[in-house]
Amino acid sequence: MSTHNTLTPPPNDWWRHPIGRDELLWISIAAAWCVIMTFMMIYWYFAGNQNQAGEAYRISPEAFAAKAEEMVDKYTIRTETELEVPVVAVPPGGDVYIASSQYQWNVIPELKLGETYRFHLSSVDVNHGFSLQPININLQLVPGYDYVLNFTPNAVGEYNIVCNEYCGLAHHAMVGRLYVVE
Amino acid sequence: MSNDSEFRTCPDTGLRIHLPAEKLMKANAVAAVVFLLIGGIFGLAVALTRWPAVHLLPAEWFYIALTAHGVDVLVVWIIFFEMAILYFTSTVLLNSRLATPKVGWIAFVLMLVGAVMANIVILDGSSTVMFTSYPPLKANPLFYLGLILFAVGALLVCFVFLGTLVVAKHEKTYEGSLPLVVFGALIAAIIAVFTIASGAIILIPTFLWSLGLVGDIDPQMYRLVWWAFGHSSQQINMAAQIAIWYAIAALLFGAKPLSEKVSRMAFFLYLLALQLGSAHHLLSDPGGSMSFRVFNTSYAMYIAVLGSMIHAFTIPGSIEAAQREKGLNNGLFEWLRKAPWDNPVFSGMFLSLVLFGFIGGITGVTMSVQQINMIIHNTAYVPGHFHGTVAAGTTLSFMALTYWLLPVLWRRDIFMPKVAQWSTWMFGLGMGGFAIFFMAAGHLGVARRHWDMTFAGNPLGFEYSATVYLFMGAAGITAVIGSLGALAYILCTVGTILFGKRRPENAAPVVSSEGVEAITSYGNRSKGWEAPGSLVLVAVFMVFLVVYYFANWKYLGSVWGIR
Repeated sequence: MSTHNTLTPPPNDWWRHPIGRDELLWISIAAAWCVIMTFMMIYWYFAGNQNQAGEAYRISPEAFAAKAEEMVDKYTIRTETELEVPVVAVPPGGDVYIASSQYQWNVIPELKLGETYRFHLSSVDVNHGFSLQPININLQLVPGYDYVLNFTPNAVGEYNIVCNEYCGLAHHAMVGRLYVVE
Repeated sequence: MSNDSEFRTCPDTGLRIHLPAEKLMKANAVAAVVFLLIGGIFGLAVALTRWPAVHLLPAEWFYIALTAHGVDVLVVWIIFFEMAILYFTSTVLLNSRLATPKVGWIAFVLMLVGAVMANIVILDGSSTVMFTSYPPLKANPLFYLGLILFAVGALLVCFVFLGTLVVAKHEKTYEGSLPLVVFGALIAAIIAVFTIASGAIILIPTFLWSLGLVGDIDPQMYRLVWWAFGHSSQQINMAAQIAIWYAIAALLFGAKPLSEKVSRMAFFLYLLALQLGSAHHLLSDPGGSMSFRVFNTSYAMYIAVLGSMIHAFTIPGSIEAAQREKGLNNGLFEWLRKAPWDNPVFSGMFLSLVLFGFIGGITGVTMSVQQINMIIHNTAYVPGHFHGTVAAGTTLSFMALTYWLLPVLWRRDIFMPKVAQWSTWMFGLGMGGFAIFFMAAGHLGVARRHWDMTFAGNPLGFEYSATVYLFMGAAGITAVIGSLGALAYILCTVGTILFGKRRPENAAPVVSSEGVEAITSYGNRSKGWEAPGSLVLVAVFMVFLVVYYFANWKYLGSVWGIR
């Protein structure tokens, strides 16, 4: 076998040289792990409670804003802060429209513990990020798309929604609230 | 045909260097370092703003600096340096002339003009859209045009590279198959062609849209195609940096691959699957079925990850086998303990390998799990992760190679070698630390690209815990350490070019060729382990990966039901 290294052409029969057992062992372990990781995602899709693939529909920002407005008119129970942000209590199983815009969240949803709600996440202008704190669930809001996910809160409390997709020079001012009650 | 007067023979290495190619290597490398300096200053300013106790910049300048930092270091520094690597591998390693130096210079000018143009319109505040520039946020048309010019230049260099491979084959400047390092560079160049084409497909219509000539850019379509550019460009980096790791293993240790077949196959797996990775950025987006998501985010059953895991063993393994052949055969780790840790070429190379694997690799595999992505997407975890890959990995490996290239190309001794020794450690450990602390803060919910985590004066604001502030402060401190390391690197590089002591023609070789002869026989042993120490290293890696991976599943399982 001729002398060579990684910088020089290999011997002509390089593809016939046997593979060492260190390499074979490691490749086998790595390949098995790759299969495990693939099947974990599929397993969780059937068995887990957290899957954000969800449903998505095209919708114009205007049409989405109108639906959100309709929800506000119907289910507002009070307003909060000097900005008079409406607190909406949509009945369990109902549709909650999160219409984000530069630089605010349209509503403060009030949810009941253990109930499931159909969240519709979208934007009426540019991309925004829906980051629910402190539990740290993060979803992308894209204008023109209605991202539908069923949320089932598992703990009572006051939560905050931070915009975590850059949306303009006052992006950092975009913070909202969400309640989960008994 | 090649003309001997256009070549010089390097007295240090015996390599034959095509002079027109050497000029292009130098120009591209210098441009790269200049943009590393500019982009690095912006990065430091960003880090000092996110350090809550310092909070340096006002909001508008924070977002401007962040946009510029992304463009200048993630794109301009890295790609200019990669152009130098393409020139080096195709000409010097193949003993060939460069196919068309003129096209190389046209490409260089296009890239330089594009980079300067993008910087100008970022700094005048008309393009504060971040590096990703998601529409409908709109930048100055010159921002998109600058990126397009830069990309076209880079594409031309890829074709010059491919043309040079044809010339070398045709003129029989080497025998047989391409050397492994050139093969790796070829994989990088092929991925680059795909990547740049994707960039053009999305940036050209967006440019026309910014001029008012196109009515509408679908924001989700943009995200899909843009990431075929944005993600894949990181895969060019991976292929390039792995080629560099193999190259340094040969330059310092005379190492040959444990098995050509395995290492080449690992590179080839990248070509098959890396492009699918753009889906990593769409996992918490609307649209895309579960099967689309699982297939793409896993690179079709993680075959590209398999490639990386193979390299993670074969690179240290080839160094280990070479060292053992030289007699450093005691115990598991004598080969590593007695490696030249005071040589920045080695320390930069080995640190970047370890940091890339342990920080970038483990977290990247975890965050790109379809469901787990939801507890990570767009938090500070994301920039934490990619500072583990692109800064502590790619950039550090380029720094290591620079310290080898400087004496060879410029024929000068490294300026302030002690500083050079420190630079790789400071940059690697600084950026590695920054990555870890930013990821920790992201795990606790801190948003990326965010000027004010205190939400000062906002009636709906809230307070993060004291732990979060601790992590953000630590991230600031480590970013400063990393920046000082980068500054030291730039000082040594520029200092060497301007003031370095000229190397006499009969200087001692920068590359030790001793041992190259000795290691002809490993790789075919029928019994015994070739690289037991490296096996232990990857076993430790595997344990970290498995524990971290399942810890994240457990955390995900505790959050609200979301379907």
